[in-house]
Amino acid sequence: MGDFTGPDRTLEPRPLGGYRALDLTGRLGWLCGKVLADFGADVIKVEPPGGDPGRADRYAWLAFNVGKRSIVLDAGAPAGREALLQMARKADFLIGTFTPVELSSLGLGWAEVSAVNPAIVMTSITPYGLDAPDPEAPASDLEIMAAGGPVSLAGDADRPPVRVTLPQAAAWTGLQAAAGTLIAHHYRRRTGRGQHVDVSAQASMMPILVQAPMWWSMLGQVPRRSGAYLTGRNVHGAPTRNIWRCADGYVTFAFYGGGAGRHSNRELTHWMASRGAAPDWLVTFEWEAFDPATAAPETLQRLEAAVAPFFASVTKRDFEEACVERRILGYAVATAADISEDRQLATRGSWHELRDSETGKPLRYPIGYARFDGRAPKVSRPAPACGEHQAEVLAEFGLAEAQPA
Amino acid sequence: MTAAIADVKVVELGGFAAGPMIGKHLADFGAEVVRIESRMHPDGFRGNYPPYLDNRPGQETSAMFAMTNNEKLGITLNLKSQSGLEVARRLIGRADIVIENFTPGTMARLGLSYETLAEPNPGLIMISTCNQGQSGPRAHRPGFGTHLSAQGGFVNLTGWPDREPALLWGPYIDYIAVGYGLVAALAALELREETGRGTYVDISQLETGMQFVAPALLEYFATGVEMQRDGNRDRLACPHGVYPTAQDERWCAVSVHDDDEWAAFVTALGNPEWAQEPTLSTVAGRRAAEAELDREIAQWTAARSREEIMRTLRAAGVHVAPVNDMADLHSDPQLARRKVFRPLDHPALGSYRGVGPSFELSETPAVLVKGAPLLGEHTRYVMKELLDMTDGEYARLESDGAFD
Repeated sequence: MGDFTGPDRTLEPRPLGGYRALDLTGRLGWLCGKVLADFGADVIKVEPPGGDPGRADRYAWLAFNVGKRSIVLDAGAPAGREALLQMARKADFLIGTFTPVELSSLGLGWAEVSAVNPAIVMTSITPYGLDAPDPEAPASDLEIMAAGGPVSLAGDADRPPVRVTLPQAAAWTGLQAAAGTLIAHHYRRRTGRGQHVDVSAQASMMPILVQAPMWWSMLGQVPRRSGAYLTGRNVHGAPTRNIWRCADGYVTFAFYGGGAGRHSNRELTHWMASRGAAPDWLVTFEWEAFDPATAAPETLQRLEAAVAPFFASVTKRDFEEACVERRILGYAVATAADISEDRQLATRGSWHELRDSETGKPLRYPIGYARFDGRAPKVSRPAPACGEHQAEVLAEFGLAEAQPA
Repeated sequence: MTAAIADVKVVELGGFAAGPMIGKHLADFGAEVVRIESRMHPDGFRGNYPPYLDNRPGQETSAMFAMTNNEKLGITLNLKSQSGLEVARRLIGRADIVIENFTPGTMARLGLSYETLAEPNPGLIMISTCNQGQSGPRAHRPGFGTHLSAQGGFVNLTGWPDREPALLWGPYIDYIAVGYGLVAALAALELREETGRGTYVDISQLETGMQFVAPALLEYFATGVEMQRDGNRDRLACPHGVYPTAQDERWCAVSVHDDDEWAAFVTALGNPEWAQEPTLSTVAGRRAAEAELDREIAQWTAARSREEIMRTLRAAGVHVAPVNDMADLHSDPQLARRKVFRPLDHPALGSYRGVGPSFELSETPAVLVKGAPLLGEHTRYVMKELLDMTDGEYARLESDGAFD
C-alpha cells in the first residue's frame, strides 16, 4: 500500500494504493470515489444492469469517473446481492447513494454490511441525509443548490436567483463525502473499526455560503443576490461593480482599499490616461484619500461610469497584460478556451491527456491540485465502459462470473 | 465518545480561510490545532471582512474568524524575532501537520521552509495552499475574492444568457481548495503510515477549482463547444427553473426529468389547459416551448405559498425544493436535526452559531464545543502545557518579544 520507493521517490504518489472501494453511487456521489482513485485506491464502479443512468450526462460522467473500473451487478437480485456482500468482505470502502428504502429493500444497510466486514468504511450519500423526514424525495442539482442556500445568493436582482449553470452540488457533496470517508479511515487505521459515514448534500452546500449564515444569525440580515455587483462593502450601502464587459468578453475588477488597492486604482487611471480615456477629474482623483468602504455612492457611480467604457474597449489579453505589468487587481473572466491556453496551468503541468474513446479527440484532464513532494497523482485509467472490468474484478474477488441479469 | 483524529497535532500559520478551514475540520474531529497569529499582524479576518457584531470591525467580533477557528488553541508569536521563530519551530517539531497559506516563498523567508522543519521532524506533513500553487508565472500575482472564480470559469457560467455574468457568492474556489486540502492532508497521513516519512503538499487553489469545472472543460476539448450560462435551465431536464411564490423573495426550484414526471407534474397542477398540448409529452416538445412553460409555471407558483407548492409537488413525486435564504437555513428542521449549526460560547460574541460538517460518522461524530480563540488567548497555556515551559522560560521569552 502507498507505493513509494526509497528516497529517490520517482514513482507518483499513491497514498491509498492497495485499498479497494466499491462505488455504487449515482451522480450525487461520483466525486467521492474519484478522490479515492486520485490518491491511488482501486475504485470499482458497480453499475446496475443497463449501466449508471448518469452516463447520459457524458462529460460529467467522464470527469468524475475517470480512474475507476466498472462491473455490472444487479444488487436487487439474490445472486447480485450475495456477490456484493462477498466483495464487501474484502473491500475497504463501500460508497453509495441509496435511499433508506433502497438500502432496506436491498438488504445493504450498515447493519448488514458491517456484519460481513466490521472494518469497512461505508459512505451513504443522499440529498438531505439518511435521517431526513422525506428521504425518498427526488432532488437534483437544482434542488440541492436551492435547499442548501447558494441559489439565494446569486443572480441579477430583477430576475429569479440562479444556480451555476454547470451543476456543482454533486461536486461539493462528493468532496465532503471523501473527507468524511478518509476521516473514518484514519480512525479505522488506529482502531481497526469501520464506521458508517452519512452525508447530506444539502449540508454540503454550507461552505459555498462562507459567512452568509452569520449575517443572519449575528445581525439578523439576509444577504441578497446582486448580479455583477458586490454589496455589503460600503457603509452607505452602495454596491460596487465587480464584473465588466470588455471588447471580447468580460473582466473582473473592483476598486479596493489598502495599499495594494490604492496602487491598483492609480495604475488603472494611468493606463486609461495613456490611452486618452481618462477624464480630467479622474486624472487628478485623490486615491490616497479614497476608501471604497466609506466612499459616497455618487463617487462610486462616477468612477464606474468613467471606467466601464474603457474596459469595454480593451480585450481580455490587453487587460491581463496591463494587470500584470501595472499590478492592477483584476483578471479576465475565463472561458474554457481561455483555461485551455492558461500559461499557469500549462507551466505547472496541470493536464493529463487521454484519448476520448467516442470522438477520438484528446481529452485534457485537470490534475495536480495537490502535489506530494512535487509530484501530482496522475490519472490511472480512463472512465470505464459499462462492465468493462467484469471478468477480472470478479476473479480478483474470488467470485464466479455473475450474470448481470 | 472518542475522536477520529485525536492523535493528530496541527500547527497553522497564515490567515483568512484557505489554510485555517482545513485546520478547523481537523479540529472538529479531535485534532489538536494551534493557530499562530501575531499581535502586530492578527488574522486578516479580524481586520476588515464583514460581518462583525454590531456592524463594526473589531478584533474579537469577527464572524469570519469565529466560523473558521472554533476548537483551536490561539497563540501569538512574533516570527520576525529569533525567540518567536524558535518557539514556532518547537511547536512544529512536535506536530504531525503544519498548514500555511502565505504567498509562495514566505515560509522560507521566515526560516520555516519544509526542509528546515522536516529535518528534526521527518514525519512532518506540510500543507501549503495558495492561489496558484507554489510555482509558475502567476505564483506571485495577487488575487482574492472573485478573482479565482473568474479564472476558473465559474463566473462565465453563472447568470443569464442575454446578460453579463453574475458573481458567485464569496471566494468560491478558496472553499473548494479547503476540501481538497483536507483530503490531501488525510491522504498524507495515510502515506506516512506506509513510508514512515512526511511529505510536502503543494495545493493550488485554482487547480482545485478545475476539478469542479472539469465537465465543461472536457466538453470543450472533445467538441470545441463552450458551455454557456443559461439561468436555471438544464441540458437534459425540462422544465427546470426557479419560480416565484405568493410571498415576495420566496422562491422555489422545480425540475422535471422525464416524461413520466411531466405527466405527474401536470396532474399535480390540476391538468391545466396549457399543459394538455400533446407535443409537451416529450422533452423535445417541452424544450421547444420552454419559455412559455416557464411563464405558465410561474403563474401557477406565484398564486401559491411555498409551503403549498412543496406539499403538492412532493406528493406527486416531482423534483421540488425551497430556495432557502440564510434565515430559512437557520430554521430548517433537517439542518437542525443534522446539527449543522452548532451553538458556541465566546467572550466577545456571547454565543454564535458555528458550522459542523455535512457528514456524520456513526462512532466518532464531530465535536464542536469551543468558540474561536481570542487573540493570544492560549499562548501561556500552549507554552506551559504543550511545550512544558517553566514560568521562568515563559517570562524570558515574553520579555524577548517572542509573543508579540
